[in-house]
Amino acid sequence: MTRPAPDPATDPATDPGPTAADGDDTSFPLARTCPFTPPDDYAGMRERADLTRARIPSGKRPWLVTRHEDVRAALSHPAASSDARNPAFPALGDGEQVVAAELRPFIRMDPPDHTLVRRMLVGEFTVRRVRAMRPAIEAVCAEQVEYLLSRPAPADLVADYANRVSTTVICRLLGVPLEDLEFFRRITSISGSRDSTEEEVGAALGELFGLIDRLIDDKAKDPRDDLISRLATGPLARGEITRHSLLSQIGITLNAGHETSRNMIPLAALALLEHPEQLELLREDPQLWPGAVDELLRYLSVADVITLRVATEDIPLSSGTIPAGDGYIALLGAANHDPGAFPEPGRLDVRRTQRNHVAFGYGTHQCVGQNLGRLEIEIALRTLFDRVPTLRSELALADLPARSSSAIFGLDEVPVSW
Amino acid sequence: MVSRPVTALRLETDPDTCAGAGQCVRAAPDLFDQDDDGLVVLLRAHVPPEARERALTAADWCPSGAVTAHDPS
Repeated sequence: MTRPAPDPATDPATDPGPTAADGDDTSFPLARTCPFTPPDDYAGMRERADLTRARIPSGKRPWLVTRHEDVRAALSHPAASSDARNPAFPALGDGEQVVAAELRPFIRMDPPDHTLVRRMLVGEFTVRRVRAMRPAIEAVCAEQVEYLLSRPAPADLVADYANRVSTTVICRLLGVPLEDLEFFRRITSISGSRDSTEEEVGAALGELFGLIDRLIDDKAKDPRDDLISRLATGPLARGEITRHSLLSQIGITLNAGHETSRNMIPLAALALLEHPEQLELLREDPQLWPGAVDELLRYLSVADVITLRVATEDIPLSSGTIPAGDGYIALLGAANHDPGAFPEPGRLDVRRTQRNHVAFGYGTHQCVGQNLGRLEIEIALRTLFDRVPTLRSELALADLPARSSSAIFGLDEVPVSW
Repeated sequence: MVSRPVTALRLETDPDTCAGAGQCVRAAPDLFDQDDDGLVVLLRAHVPPEARERALTAADWCPSGAVTAHDPS
């Protein structure tokens, strides 16, 4: 575990609290040793008798919650606040803190505001609605795998397949025209990075919001069968949401919907290539695919550090109490690799029966698009391995460039041949 | 919650608390559905012993506490 010496020069704005010892702070976020698994140091934190205090780049010192039962409890507790306007909110980058407080995407809101926005969206992602999207997603994956194969090998599994699949699926659902598949990738690489300044994030999101703003106008006049049309002619027209908020909510839905599966699909494909016996099980029995997707979600935990909260009251956990007023990060990857919940958590096992992982979070903020995410990842992987049975990675795992400063973990580039 | 081995259960759902994540439908499609707005619809409050495991899984997976399982009484 990294234990930096106390640094009196760091912003002392956050009250360390009576239980914290400065010398015990862990510098956070931590890097992954292996691109597949959350940082090794999480194991030590889970076994500690008390909560770990982190020091994040802003100088704030949120608590780190790591055990499976504690992460679930800390995310479903009524005193878990997601409001980024609270000065104790532990955003990992300063840009994110300012922009989230200003734009208020619903992932950074509390009830009753959060409930209002979430209920405008959940009907789009029900189990039944998502099941009906299967043929359309299969068609997208079939088309994009041919694009991949049309590229000279080695091709890039991120740019030439996963990004195209995830962008196409979410844009069609929202009703965003598909003119520039790299556009959203560029925007999210800036808006989702903790290295970006407030100005950079603002400029990138300004570009995105300009596009959405025009679409809202177009669809209010000429509605189609898509989410932006339904929001423009429904809640916006009825005055249930402001235009400013609607832009943010559509923006976060687009970003989250595209970045998560874009990062998951190449990592999951690599994980299966690295575990050929698991891939073989899936080839022999395709009925294992849905369970395999949940196992890959658990194993890879790409959204590990997205769940940032502030305790509005004391939150008691098995590993200690988060005092009222303090920020904390419920580490999804740490919970998903807790041996108390998942025996041999470091083993990828597509036949694993425990599926109560928290890869999509927990509590009222649990991913609104998770049913779509599961289906999209499943179809993207099945299509890839069915159509390209000789797929292989061109680089060793250690040589693959990682998006280490991104809110959602992923690889920048995955060169593959066949 | 109950812990006796093989017995029936009584389910309760609270649409006001529901986050619309659809986890109950994934766990037990014979016991739960979602309405057009994504909120929980309880299909069977009284769970026979053979559906007990699915019902408990649904209560466990529910992220918002909208699904709870109780002793039948």
